[in-house]
Amino acid sequence: MPTTPLEVYFPVLVQALLGVGLALGLVGASSLLGKKLKNKIKDSPYECGMAPQGSAEERFSVKFYLVAMLFILFDIEAVFLYPWVVVYKDLGMIAFVEMAIFVILILSGFFYIWKKGVLDWSQISRIQRK
Amino acid sequence: MPANFAFPTEAEYIRFLPETILILMGTLIMVLEGFAGDGHRKGTHKVALFGLFLAMAAACYAGSNPGPAFSDFLLVDGFGTFFRMLVLTVGILAVLCSPSYLSRERADSGEYYALILYSLVGQCILATANELIMVFIGLEISSIATYVLAGYLRDDKRNNESAIKYFLLGSFATAFLLYGVAWIYGLTGSTNLAVIRQYLQTSATADPALVGLAAGLMFVGFAFKVSAAPFQAWTPDVYQGAPAPVTAFMSAGPKAAAFAVFIRVYITAFDGIAETWLPVVWVSALATMVIGNFAALTQTNIKRVLAYSSIAHAGYVLVAVAAHSQIGTAAAMFYLASYVFMNIGAFALISHLSRQGERYVQVNDLAGLSQRQPVTAALFAIFLLSLIGVPLTGGFFGKFYIFKAALDSQLYWLTVLGLLNSAVAAYYYLRIIVVMYFHEPGHATESLEEPAAGIRVASLVAALAVVVLGVAPSLLLNVASRSSAIGR
Amino acid sequence: MHSLHSSQSLWLIPVLPLLGFLINGLLGKRLGKGAVSLVAVGTVAASFAWVLKCISALMPLEHSHIETYGTWIASGALNIPVELAIDRLTAVMLLVVTGIGSLIHIYATGYMSHEEGYERFFAYLNLFMFFMLTLVLANNYLLLFVGWEGVGLCSYLLIGFYYLKLSATNAGNKAFIVNRIGDFGFSLAMFLIFVHFGSLSFPAVFEKAKALSPESGFGWLTAICLLLLVGATGKSAQVPLYVWLPDAMEGPTPVSALIHAATMVTAGVYMVARSAALFVNAPIAMEVVAYVGLITAVLAATIGITQFDIKKVFAYSTVSQLGYMFLALGCGAFSAGIFHVVTHAFFKALLFLGAGSVIHALEGEQDIRHMGGLRSKIPVTFLTLACAWVAIAGVPPFSGFHSKDEILLAAHHHHPWMYWVGVITAGMTAFYVSRCMFMTFFGEYRGHHHPHESPWVMTGPLAVLAVLSLAGGYTHIPQFLEPVFPLKGGEHDSTLVAISVAAGLAGIALAWFLYVLSPETPKSIASALGGLYRAVYNKYYVDEVYYGTIVHPLVDGSKSILWKGLDAGIVDGAVNGAGTLARMIGGITRRFQTGNIRSYAAWVVLGSLLVLAAMTAMGGSSL
Repeated sequence: MPTTPLEVYFPVLVQALLGVGLALGLVGASSLLGKKLKNKIKDSPYECGMAPQGSAEERFSVKFYLVAMLFILFDIEAVFLYPWVVVYKDLGMIAFVEMAIFVILILSGFFYIWKKGVLDWSQISRIQRK
Repeated sequence: MPANFAFPTEAEYIRFLPETILILMGTLIMVLEGFAGDGHRKGTHKVALFGLFLAMAAACYAGSNPGPAFSDFLLVDGFGTFFRMLVLTVGILAVLCSPSYLSRERADSGEYYALILYSLVGQCILATANELIMVFIGLEISSIATYVLAGYLRDDKRNNESAIKYFLLGSFATAFLLYGVAWIYGLTGSTNLAVIRQYLQTSATADPALVGLAAGLMFVGFAFKVSAAPFQAWTPDVYQGAPAPVTAFMSAGPKAAAFAVFIRVYITAFDGIAETWLPVVWVSALATMVIGNFAALTQTNIKRVLAYSSIAHAGYVLVAVAAHSQIGTAAAMFYLASYVFMNIGAFALISHLSRQGERYVQVNDLAGLSQRQPVTAALFAIFLLSLIGVPLTGGFFGKFYIFKAALDSQLYWLTVLGLLNSAVAAYYYLRIIVVMYFHEPGHATESLEEPAAGIRVASLVAALAVVVLGVAPSLLLNVASRSSAIGR
Repeated sequence: MHSLHSSQSLWLIPVLPLLGFLINGLLGKRLGKGAVSLVAVGTVAASFAWVLKCISALMPLEHSHIETYGTWIASGALNIPVELAIDRLTAVMLLVVTGIGSLIHIYATGYMSHEEGYERFFAYLNLFMFFMLTLVLANNYLLLFVGWEGVGLCSYLLIGFYYLKLSATNAGNKAFIVNRIGDFGFSLAMFLIFVHFGSLSFPAVFEKAKALSPESGFGWLTAICLLLLVGATGKSAQVPLYVWLPDAMEGPTPVSALIHAATMVTAGVYMVARSAALFVNAPIAMEVVAYVGLITAVLAATIGITQFDIKKVFAYSTVSQLGYMFLALGCGAFSAGIFHVVTHAFFKALLFLGAGSVIHALEGEQDIRHMGGLRSKIPVTFLTLACAWVAIAGVPPFSGFHSKDEILLAAHHHHPWMYWVGVITAGMTAFYVSRCMFMTFFGEYRGHHHPHESPWVMTGPLAVLAVLSLAGGYTHIPQFLEPVFPLKGGEHDSTLVAISVAAGLAGIALAWFLYVLSPETPKSIASALGGLYRAVYNKYYVDEVYYGTIVHPLVDGSKSILWKGLDAGIVDGAVNGAGTLARMIGGITRRFQTGNIRSYAAWVVLGSLLVLAAMTAMGGSSL
């Protein structure tokens, strides 16, 4: 049995060190081992896509954020399905009903954003009016 | 599947019925909102009201068969039912005074009511939470919805300011709470309040200093939510900036729920280490009363005056917590109930008096109100008198029971200082009454239209409750005394 | 102590005026002046009639008659029924309150006839009667406190009645806030009583208190009594909380007469007398009561000598006379104190109503320097006021003589030097009232109005009060109160009586000399005394001292330390110096600065560190 605080919290310390070490190690390793290629395109922030020109404070359409947020939300909700699948057989019908309620709730949220026009990229004006 | 797992029984689902109803009605409102065209958004508050009354009935029904639910995650007892009913009443009153405000600001939409319902889900969970993770979840559900509500008029700078401040500082404080929960779990191996209590009482393995630290971390989170010193700084700015009906709601509902869970956690789980936290509560109670009352003296904005007053009232409730007795708990319950009515009533009237864009929120804008709208002025005066603590109002008996409980627990100094504070407080409430009754009407009151029906109903109901609590306090006090036996 | 009598429906006594309040308050605007007056006066008069009926049915009323109407609060140890009780002390107070109340209501229908807000005035006045009667009839401290706060509230509403006058609203505010300090003492006393006696009901508390032996030192009973005294000094305008009463004269004159002379201000005296069972066992507190009374009596009398506003003179006189009553209470002569409450109610109500009649006649003039020679112009007012004058000056055999005599004898019995101070004060009292009378009614008229006598609704009540002031001394109140307060076996020393009468006559004679025979002398005396005179004229600068030491620091302190400091300043200033300045300038956008949120967050961190350090330390120390 660990008794002194040091012994008790030693694993925590190890984990903290591992975490910091991993982050530093990965960044360090990539800069050490990575192939260094210098030309105009490689020096630009993004190798493809729009040329990052103009003011740094340029405003992005709020749609980007909305979609990003919604993606995270639905993504996390979907994660709940995995543990449910694992124990579904043991739990039986009641688990099915509960998950059905859960999915319906998510679907109504989905329905809501759909009706609100968040997914509708063509009708920017409709959202801006809201 | 764990060996001790059992499916929830029917009774357990019923104990969760109020929350279920609120969630379903909230979602229903969102779906209706999706279907409705632009011109058909005005009816959603009726759905919300229906849902709230249904939830209230469900809370009553759930309270008739008390017991735990979902592996002891929730505990539906008298205490929890009391606060469930209280926050649902807050919800009803807040919804009543919102439609006219929203249509005035051209912001009719169902999301508003859905958010109120969701926030109430969190508060109902807080009222009955019997376990620290549920406490955290309840707090977050309640808070996040309230953050959004505070910034509901998103084109309004003050709303934005209010929401951002509330959100940033609120999440900051909640992080402390969560960290405290983690510590407690680490120290005692459980998140269940009763188990923690037993562990702390019987086992000597937990280092008291560390337990104190953990309880302190949780104290930060709770104290922030109830706006107790030294975590009160956000309150005036947020209350002032938010739309008036939202201020009405959040100065009452989340606060009452936060006090409920604060009391439950500290009286149940941390009862064994009371000598650790009682002095902190003592100091915090005093500081809260002093800061609230004295800072309110010089304010000229009514919402700000009432914001500081709400800080001061949190201080009085903390006095009851510091009494650390069943009488103290009952006194806190009674006080919160009367506070809820007087505060929400006052803010309901402010949402009427402030006019479009909340132009008229200075104390002087009420000049001569008694001549233009005697009933409005009289109702406002009732709320202010109750906030002062004049006899025959709920505020008087609230203070009376709290200081009686404090004296019973030999908190002589706190009682004396608290009573002195309430003497000082009369000054700033009185100023408003003076302006309403003894000043000539200014252009703000000249142009005042009649209050909307919802506001009329809400303020009348609140005033009636304040007076009934002041004339026949036993009605509620008996319920509170019966329900105050927690953690025993 | 259960009475053998059947229920007398005591509740009707306070409820009748409450009905008047409701009718006039809700329907007053539609009723018209005649109906409003009828309702207002009728309900109070009916209440008076009901008092008479109850008392005659209950006589001899040796024990208190209690009526219980149900349970008000029943929660654990706290059990408070709704109970009204009547004993001889209450009976006296009831007669005074409803009797003089009725007269003043009648008078007010004349006095206020040209005022705006006629129905509002009578609604408030009736509400006041309701609370005052509740206060007197209450059988426990909590109900008494309800009445206590209620009369304060009505007093505040009525002082500020002329709300167009800034001074009137300020005076109302001052009255309310000073009274809050008193109420703070009272409520604390109430809590302590409950903690120590386990009840708030008068019979239960006094039963237990009688079983106690007198406290030799400073114990909790003394603490309770001193806190009750704090409450009483607020309501009854005693040192150091008397400052509100002179300012309260901003209210209409009938209010000054009813509330600030005859009834409400004596509530403190009544409360102390009611709590006599507690006070007699706390000798230190009794001594403090006597000193407070004596100091107040002297201080207010000296100020009264220098004032020129006719109502202010009478206001300071009221403070001084209330001091006398407290002196009596402190000397253990409770019945003498109540006796003086009664006679004082007669002659002081008369003085105020008479002053009101004078002011009415002169269309609002209150400065006695602009009066004079009114004797022939308003003879009825003069004659009735003269009755009050001889009564307050202590001229035998009129009412003031009898009660003052009782008090001075009790004082002599207690401490002979207190008697002598009391005699000097009696002389001063006679002097300033005579000064006021001479300057108002004798000599040449110095004003420029056309005095006219008041209508009979005003002079009628004056006449009744005049009779009472003259003959009120033969009511034998101390003997009547014997079942409540046993008479003290003090010998009736005629030398002492003669001395005090002589002092009163000397005061009148001096005033005659100074203000009638040689009117130039007072000015030269005033200039000879210089600084001392100015100090007294400016009321010893007490208001200024209070303002400078309490009000100013409180408001400014809260402004600079709590608001600017805690709310925005210290951390903000450190983090974001420029932001502080901007915040003070105002506007909305200024608040939307990350600096502010950051400073709040800094507060949260700072606070958490404090809380965590404290709780960790306390947890550690409990090992």
